Amino acid sequence: MIQGVPLQHILLLTTLLFFIGVYGFFTRKNLFTMLMSVELMLNAVAINFVVFNAYLFPENLQGHFFTIFIVSIAAAEAAVAIAIIVNVYRNIRTVNAERINEMKH
Amino acid sequence: MSVTLFYITAVAILLFAILSVTTRRILRAAVYLLFVLIGTAAIYFLLRYNFLAALQLTLYAGGIIVLIIFSIMLTSQMNNQLEKPNDLQVVLASITSVVGVGLVLFVILNHSTFITQYSEKIYHVKEVALSLISYQKNGYALPFEVISVLLLAAMVAAIIMAKRELKNKEQ
Repeated sequence: MIQGVPLQHILLLTTLLFFIGVYGFFTRKNLFTMLMSVELMLNAVAINFVVFNAYLFPENLQGHFFTIFIVSIAAAEAAVAIAIIVNVYRNIRTVNAERINEMKH
Repeated sequence: MSVTLFYITAVAILLFAILSVTTRRILRAAVYLLFVLIGTAAIYFLLRYNFLAALQLTLYAGGIIVLIIFSIMLTSQMNNQLEKPNDLQVVLASITSVVGVGLVLFVILNHSTFITQYSEKIYHVKEVALSLISYQKNGYALPFEVISVLLLAAMVAAIIMAKRELKNKEQ
């Protein structure tokens, strides 16, 4: 733990970070910026795992490993998502989420 | 010392996060996101989880951001500005975020009887790695294997996704 910083302050930071991500996800229309907002949210959750581990159970490493797995899954997710976005761009020449409506009825 | 450092990092993270979701230039959004991720690594360093901080820097700040920036360049839309979100959307998203923050903070501040423990222990890479491959108690061999299969599947999926167009052209 960081000596002198209460747990609540770090939770405040991660809460604000998560909801900034939510705000970005709702207001953005570009697929790349939506992906970035998702990364922000994932990042906030990962900090939460680490902080709870460091403050409440410093003898164990569960939160630590959860974050390692979150980071690796985020890498896989970003790779697949970007492949899909590039493919969408090749097919319909746009990455605007509102103009991807070919399969909509 | 580390207290001031933490608060400076926290303010910087929030500032860059807000800039990242509100700027109208897409490449700048990616760079601000990079700063947020580096700030997160700094918090991990302050908590003395050095392996995790290194992982954050190499995988997130190094890997994912480079991937995003390269694909932004591939879709060649660096110079045009993103369109403004309409006002209704901004208002609704702000309400959602503020209500969410209020709800979560209400729960955190009302049920904050956390029993925090102080530990001087620093986990070195060797300990973390041994725990990652051990199949005894507190070992993570199974999720480690599952993650490796998932990464392989994601890699194959990404390659197939990117190659489909080429095949169509040949036919």
